[in-house]
Amino acid sequence: MRWFERFRMAMLTLFRRRTETVRLDDELHFHLEQQAAEYITHGLSPDEARSAALRAFGNPTLLRDEARSHWSWSRLEKFSRDIRYGARTLTRSPGFALTAIIVMALGIGATTSLFTIVRAVLLKPLPFRDPGKLVMVYEHFRDSTSGDGFNVVSAADFRDWRQQTHGFEDMAAWRYYGFNLTGEHAELPEVVEAAGGSWNLLSVLGTQLALGRTFTPEEDQPEASHVVLLTWSLFQRRFAGDASILGKPIRLDTNLYTVIGVLPSWFNYPDPHIQLWVPYAQTFTPEAYAMHDNHQSHVIARLRPGVSVAAAIREVSALQYRLHLANASKPVAEDVVWRPMIDDVVRDVKTPLIVLLSAVGCMLLIACLNVSNLLVARGASRRKEFAVRGALGGSRLTLISEQMIESLLICIAGGTLGLFLSFMVTHWLADHWKDLPRAEAIHLDATVLVFSVGLVFLTALLAGLLPAISSTGTGIFNALQESSRSIGGSVSRARLRKTLLTAEIALTVILLVSAGLLFKSFLHLRTSDLGCVMDHVLTIKYGLPEKQYDTREKVIAFHESLLERVRRLPGVRAAALVSTPPGGGWESDESFTIPERPSSSFRLQDDALLRTIDPGYFTALQIPLLQGRFFTDQERLNRDHYIIVSKKFADQFFSGESPLGKHINVAWNGKPENYEIVGVVGDTLWSVTDPVKATMYFPILSGTPDQASDATIVARTVADPLALSIPIQQQVAALDPALPVYDVLTLQQILGKATASQSFSATLVLAFASLSLLLAAIGLYGVLSYLVTQRITEIGIRIALGAQRAEVLRLMLFDGLRPVLLGLLIGLAGGAGAGALIRSILYGTSPLDPVVFVAMVGSLLVTALIACWLPAIRASRIEPMQALRTE
Amino acid sequence: MGKPSDLVQGTLDLLILKTISLEPKHGWAIAKRIQQISNEVLQVQQGSLYPALHRLEQQGWIRAKWSETEGGRQAKFYSLTAAGRAQLERERESWNRLSTAINLVVEGT
Repeated sequence: MRWFERFRMAMLTLFRRRTETVRLDDELHFHLEQQAAEYITHGLSPDEARSAALRAFGNPTLLRDEARSHWSWSRLEKFSRDIRYGARTLTRSPGFALTAIIVMALGIGATTSLFTIVRAVLLKPLPFRDPGKLVMVYEHFRDSTSGDGFNVVSAADFRDWRQQTHGFEDMAAWRYYGFNLTGEHAELPEVVEAAGGSWNLLSVLGTQLALGRTFTPEEDQPEASHVVLLTWSLFQRRFAGDASILGKPIRLDTNLYTVIGVLPSWFNYPDPHIQLWVPYAQTFTPEAYAMHDNHQSHVIARLRPGVSVAAAIREVSALQYRLHLANASKPVAEDVVWRPMIDDVVRDVKTPLIVLLSAVGCMLLIACLNVSNLLVARGASRRKEFAVRGALGGSRLTLISEQMIESLLICIAGGTLGLFLSFMVTHWLADHWKDLPRAEAIHLDATVLVFSVGLVFLTALLAGLLPAISSTGTGIFNALQESSRSIGGSVSRARLRKTLLTAEIALTVILLVSAGLLFKSFLHLRTSDLGCVMDHVLTIKYGLPEKQYDTREKVIAFHESLLERVRRLPGVRAAALVSTPPGGGWESDESFTIPERPSSSFRLQDDALLRTIDPGYFTALQIPLLQGRFFTDQERLNRDHYIIVSKKFADQFFSGESPLGKHINVAWNGKPENYEIVGVVGDTLWSVTDPVKATMYFPILSGTPDQASDATIVARTVADPLALSIPIQQQVAALDPALPVYDVLTLQQILGKATASQSFSATLVLAFASLSLLLAAIGLYGVLSYLVTQRITEIGIRIALGAQRAEVLRLMLFDGLRPVLLGLLIGLAGGAGAGALIRSILYGTSPLDPVVFVAMVGSLLVTALIACWLPAIRASRIEPMQALRTE
Repeated sequence: MGKPSDLVQGTLDLLILKTISLEPKHGWAIAKRIQQISNEVLQVQQGSLYPALHRLEQQGWIRAKWSETEGGRQAKFYSLTAAGRAQLERERESWNRLSTAINLVVEGT
C-alpha cells in the first residue's frame, strides 16, 4: 500500500504541482492565522498580532521553498527552471543563438549523415549467413608490381582448389558476364550485365531464393542445358513479377535459357547492375574452363569451424605453387592471398568514406570550438553577475550547470535541425555516390538516432564546459575588483579564446589542405589527356551474338555496312570501330611471346591490353602514328596477321629498337599464331585513374567471331555528338532489329563517369572546408571585436597620449593575427600528415603539392585579414574622449 | 538555512507520527500538541515542521486531507497511513533503544 501512497503523491506533485503549491501556501497561511489568533487572545491588537505571528513564523517564502524541496521531481523542476532561464538568455541575443544553432545543425547533420552511410556500408555485416566466416581468395603473383596484388582466379585453379583442399567448408566462384537479352516475341532487345556463379554459390553465402531453385552440379558444366536465375529487379521490370516465367525460356545471345529461379530483392551482390545469373561453367568454352592461365573469377570461401583462415590458406597456397610449377610457361600465380569478404566489397569506398567522415568530424569540432568561443565572450560579459552570485552563496556547480544548459539548448536545437537535415540529405548523398556498394542498406534507424543524441550531448559538453568553468572560475574577488576602471581587460580570458581560436584555425587549415589536394587530384583526372581527340566523340557499343554471326564473313559484313551507313550520316566527320574506346576500361588483355627475342628471360609472361580496330580508327580519333603504317582494307579475314602496338608497348618490350617487322606470338585458346608488327601509335589511357598500359591493336576485319564480335562504334561529329545517337541506333536497327546497343556515351561522359566519385568526394570535402573557413572567420571576428571592446579605454588613452591611428590599427591586427599564424603553422604540419594519409586516393598530385599549400594558406590569410580588419579599423577610429567616458 | 541533524530530524518524525496517531491534525495543532505534551520543552519550529510533514507525505507515511476546522475554516489535516503506523512502531523501538542506551551511559558510573 505504501508504494501506492507514494505513487499518488508523486503523481499529484507532478501533474497538479500548481494546485499543490497554492494549497501549501494556504496551509502556511492557516498556520499564521492560528498564530495571530492566539496572540489576539493574549491581548494584542489584530495588527500587532499579525506582525508578531510573522516574526515568529519566519520567512514564509523560504519556508514554502523548503517544504517544496521535499516533493518529488524537485530536481526536474529545477532543471526546467534552468532551461527556461537558458532559453530566455538565448532569446535575448537571437543573432548569436541563431548562428550557433545553424552552425551546430550543419555539423551534427553532416556527421550523422556520414555516420549513417559509414555504418551501413563499412560496419554492418553483409546480409549473408554468418558473414564473418566468408573470405575472398585471390591468386597472387609474387613479383607483380602493378595493382594491389589481388589477382582474379582462373577457372581451372578454382576447380583444383575446391577439389583438392579441405581447409574451407566450401568454395564458390563467380565472374562477370554479359548478354543480349531478347524475348520470344518481338520484345525490345537489351544488353544486360550478368554473372556466372558456381552451383554452390548461394549455399556458401547461405542465401535462399525468392522463387524456384538454384543450379544443380550437373547444370554447372560447360555445354550443359542452359538455365538462368533472374534477379528481383529484372523479374519485376521485364517480367512484371509474374511467377509463371519459372520454367519458361528466355533468349540470351539468341540461345534459349530456362528460367529456374528468382533471387530475393535484397540480393545485389556483387553489384546492383547484375541482372541475371547463369551457371559458372556455362560462361566458358570447355577449353577455357580447363585453363589455368585465363584469369577472370572471384572466389568466395567459407571458413570451416575450428580451422584458422591461415591454415586453410596455407593449404590452398601450397596447391597453387604446385599448379604454378606444372604450368611454368604460362602466367599461373605462385601464391594466393585472401581478405575478408566485407573488405572486398567496400575496398574502393573505404578510404574516401573515412576521409569524408574525418572531414565532417573536423568540421563539427570547429563548430564546437566556435560556439565555445562565442560562449566565452558572453560568459566574460556576465562575469560580474556570476561573481556576485558566487559571493552570495550560489554553488559553483549550479552556476556551471546553468551555463552548460545554454550550450545544451543550442546543441539540442541544432541537433534536431541537423537530424532533420540529415534525414533529407543522407539518401541524396547515397544516391549520388556512384557505385557505392550496399547503398540499399542505408537508412536512419535507432542506432543512428542514439548516435546523434550522443553527439548532441558530447558537443554540448565540448562547447559548454570550458566557457562555464572559465567564467565561474576562482577569483570572485578579482572579478568584482575588475570594476569600473578596468584597463587592459582580463588577460587570461583572452588567452583562452586565443587558444580556442588557434585550434580552430589549425583544424581549418588541415581541412583546407586536404580539400585542396583532393580537388587538384580531381582536376588532374578531369583534364587528363586520354591520348586522343576528346571533344565531339560519341561511342555506342554492341555485341554480335555468336550464334547468328558465326562466320568471319558475316561479322565483317555487319561491321562494314554499319560503318558505311554511319559515315554517310550528315554531321559525322569520321567513324571507326574499336573493341573498347580509350578510358573505357581494361576489357581484355592477352599474354604473348616475341619470337625474335630470347624467350623466357622473364618468369612472368609478357602481357598487354588487347584491342581490335578497323583501319580508320587512329585517324578518326586522331591518335598519332609514330612509326610504320596503319592497317589497310586488304588486311582482313585470313590475311589478318598484322598488329599495331602502342608506344608504351614498343618502349617496354623493344627498348630502343624499332619493333617494326618483329613478331609477337599469341596463343588463341591454345593455338599459337604469329603477328607482324606494322606500326607504332601514341599511347591512350584505358582508365583515367591508372597508368598507361602497353596495348596491342589487332584488325577487327579478321572477323574472328569471339574477338571481333564485340565492337564500339566511335563517331567524331561536327556538333553535339549526342544528337547523333538516335540516327546511329536507327542504322543498327536497320541492319539487325534484334541487336541491342548499350553504353551510348560521349568520351567526355566516359571521363565524367570515371571521375564521378572523385568529383563527389572532392566537392564534399571542399564544401566542408569552405564552411569551416567561414566558421573560423566568424570566430576570429568575434574574438577580435571582443578584445577591442575590452580595450576601448586603453586604446582611448593611447590615442589621447598621441599614438598614431595606424599604430593602433597595426597593434590590433597583429593581436588578431598572432593566433592565426600559430594555428596556421600547426595546421600546415597537420595538413602534411593528412595529405600522407589520403595519398592513396590522390591521382597525379603530391601530398605536399606546393600550389595547393600556397593557395590554401593564401585564402586562409586573406579571410583572416578581412575578419580582423573590421574590428581593427573600429579600434583605430576610437575617439579618445568618448572612449574615456564609456564605462 | 541549515538542515537539522539526523537525530533531530528522526526525532521530529517520531513526534509527528505519534501526535497524529490518535486523530488527524493540522500543522498548527501538531505543533501546539507537541508543545503542550512536552510541557513547553519541545518547541517545534515551523521551519522544520512543514518540510518534515511534506517529506513524510511524499514517503507515504502520512496522508493529508482537507476538511473543516472547529472554526469552520478549511485546513489540511494529516493522518497516519497503515505503513505510517508500522513506521511509528519502528521509530518508537529505535528511539527506546537509543534513549535506554544514552541513559545507561549518562546515568552509569
